[in-house]
Amino acid sequence: MSLGMVLALVGAVAATALAGIGSAWGVGLAGQAAAGVVSEDPEQFAKVLILQLLPGTQGIYGLLVTFITLSQIGILGGETITDTHTGLMYLLGCLPIALVGLASAYHQGRTSVASIGIVAKKPDQFGKAMLFPAMVETYAILALLVSILVITNIR
Amino acid sequence: MAVVKMQKIGICGKKEYRQEMLLTLQDLAVMEMNFRDIDDIDDPYLKKTDTKNASLKYDKRAESFDRVLALLAEYAPEKKAGLSFFADKKTVTREDMDRAAEERHKYNKYAEKILDAEKAINDSKGIIQKLNNQKAALGPWESLDVPMDLKGTKKVKLLLGTFPRTISHDEVYALAAKDMPEPAAVDVNVISVSGGQTNVSVMCLRQERSLVEDNLRAGGFARVSSPVAGIPSEVILSIDRDILSEEEKIEEKKKEIGAFADQRDDFRLMSDYYRDRAERYRVLGEIPQSGNAFFLEGWVPYDKAEPLKRLLTERFGAYVEMEETKDTDDEPTILKNNAFSESVEGVLESYGLPKHKKADPTFIMSIFYVIFFGMMFSDAGYGILMFLLSFIVLKKKKSLNEGTKKMFKLFMWCGISTAFWGFMYGGFFGDAIDVVAKTFFGYTGETPILKPLWFEPLKNPMRLLVWCMLFGLIHLFFGLGIKGYEYLKEKDIKGFICDILSWYMFITGLVLMLLPSDLFSSIAGASFDFSGLKAIHTPALIITLAGLLIILFMQERGAKNWVLRVLLGAYDIYGVTGWLSDVLSYSRLLALGLATGVIANVINMMASMMGNSVPGIIIFILVFVLGHTLNFGINALGAYVHTNRLQFVEFFGKFYEGGGRPFKAFKTKHKYIEIKEEM
Repeated sequence: MSLGMVLALVGAVAATALAGIGSAWGVGLAGQAAAGVVSEDPEQFAKVLILQLLPGTQGIYGLLVTFITLSQIGILGGETITDTHTGLMYLLGCLPIALVGLASAYHQGRTSVASIGIVAKKPDQFGKAMLFPAMVETYAILALLVSILVITNIR
Repeated sequence: MAVVKMQKIGICGKKEYRQEMLLTLQDLAVMEMNFRDIDDIDDPYLKKTDTKNASLKYDKRAESFDRVLALLAEYAPEKKAGLSFFADKKTVTREDMDRAAEERHKYNKYAEKILDAEKAINDSKGIIQKLNNQKAALGPWESLDVPMDLKGTKKVKLLLGTFPRTISHDEVYALAAKDMPEPAAVDVNVISVSGGQTNVSVMCLRQERSLVEDNLRAGGFARVSSPVAGIPSEVILSIDRDILSEEEKIEEKKKEIGAFADQRDDFRLMSDYYRDRAERYRVLGEIPQSGNAFFLEGWVPYDKAEPLKRLLTERFGAYVEMEETKDTDDEPTILKNNAFSESVEGVLESYGLPKHKKADPTFIMSIFYVIFFGMMFSDAGYGILMFLLSFIVLKKKKSLNEGTKKMFKLFMWCGISTAFWGFMYGGFFGDAIDVVAKTFFGYTGETPILKPLWFEPLKNPMRLLVWCMLFGLIHLFFGLGIKGYEYLKEKDIKGFICDILSWYMFITGLVLMLLPSDLFSSIAGASFDFSGLKAIHTPALIITLAGLLIILFMQERGAKNWVLRVLLGAYDIYGVTGWLSDVLSYSRLLALGLATGVIANVINMMASMMGNSVPGIIIFILVFVLGHTLNFGINALGAYVHTNRLQFVEFFGKFYEGGGRPFKAFKTKHKYIEIKEEM
């Protein structure tokens, strides 16, 4: 196996691993807050569950990039990489969603915690509460987009 | 697409009709009550009656029926079938309600009986708890064959007690017989050892009692503080009998409660009856009354005002006055939209309703909402599933509350749109058709079998990105357009040109100049060819500059100082970066669309890994169902959240303020039933 292949794999794995770590972290934080609200007011279950799940998307984006990469470098399809340069390019292409996914999921989780606080005090303000974590996600979406554009255009 | 016009009305009615009139108004649910402080009215003849106690009493009654129903659910559960996820309300007629109300004293008695039975059950449970405690305390003494309160005989003293440690027979004897001549007249029996405690009985001569007891105490012995009368094993037996009889009592009472199971529906009626009555008394306590008359004030939808006036005048001889709306009035908002658009009213409401005299964006929002949701969810299979699920819920559950019904209607439309975009992109549970054909039917022909009607996003993401941004720009232009419409409605032509038209010109010109440039074509690749637009480069430039100049000099019309005005105008032009980021934000349409499709493909691939065999097929079905359920859930959530965001942040950011107050009609607040009005 060429060094390029290894580099590309490192990128692919990092995308799911780092973004997944971020999501697990964020969903975990939000889940604790959500459980607290439900213990006091079980009727808010659906609302706080939605807020808890919001930071979960980064992990999915990471998985998405990993899959696209794998299907291009000869593991799930496409041609095997023979040179180091191409492999390095794949690694770089995976970095945006890996890094931004990690940071944004964590911070989205913290914002979700705050928004769950809104729902606990004012359940009718759910529409607004949902917006704050969604703002954080914008950057994960931009990173995902860049990752996809880079990876699909390398060859 | 409109905010319903409201009419402020004042009603003066005869006092003898106040109950009937409030009942009528509550049933009609067309009026929002407007209460004023009695001090503001400043009329010596008008007073408010204190109805707090009455309304509290009826609230309590309603609660007691709720409790009764909860008990019935516990002791005589109802058989339920099918979807019980959304509580269904039973529909009854007004006559049913009146008939039940006639017999309310009977039902109150029933409720009292049931609640008494519950009290008896709780009492019995308490007694059982106490008996069990006694039994537990006696347990260690069970093998003692004399009554525990036995003091001894004429000559002999019996000491019962506990050492807080494990101690053997001989040790106790040694302890007791200390300083006594051997053989000491002491008889020791270890009754039981449990939980680090030793229970012993010690017999000694009466005259040596204090010596023995002191000896034992020095070793940690403590006498039983409150010995029961009788032999422990017999006492335990009698406790068991008592527990059994209490348990029988509980069963009996449970049966007593269960016997009322058939009256369940009536109890539901009664609960809601008292809930309505409490609400009426709350209102009654807020309205000013004189000796013979009472006064009501509030808001009614404009088209309902005349019929209401006629009804109240004819039926109750009331005087109804239509009042002028003042600018200072806090007019409540009701939205009225067509059957399609009203489904997004809930979404709008969660952001904030429009104020009066402002435009209602529901119609335009509903169109973009459904389109954008479809683009993000973008799978034909998921779309059809979503449509069917919402459709079934709407069909099965007739009496959902208004808000939930609208939500499901919205999901139904979004499902259709999702299916549409799914076919456009060529996704049906991802590439499920290809995978199944290849794995299980040995298909080797060309893929995809289900050809996308438009194109596959993953094959050419740049092309779709450009389209997404175009959709975004259109969406934003509509937003700006609504603001322009508000300017025109207020006949502010100057404002329209300076704040709205200028931006249209500026942005449109910029886009037209940018499209044919080399920069853009290198970004978008070969899929777009706008070189034809090069011809209009000069007109586009002129439009851009004209828009720019209007913004620069006219946007800050309020500023008197020209230098300041131009500086502020220049800052406003910087706002074009806001437009850029807003448009870029629509790239989420592409990203989330890709996410659904690619994850679905991953699931299909994992599902088909075992190949064409019996275990392979079982694994395929399992993974397929589980995986797609998960993907459906997470991506539907994502699409919902981000469609909302595009509406709230990007679209509303261009024009919308909200801040309207929702109309809260004086009406029945039923928990269990719905009254079918017969006209």
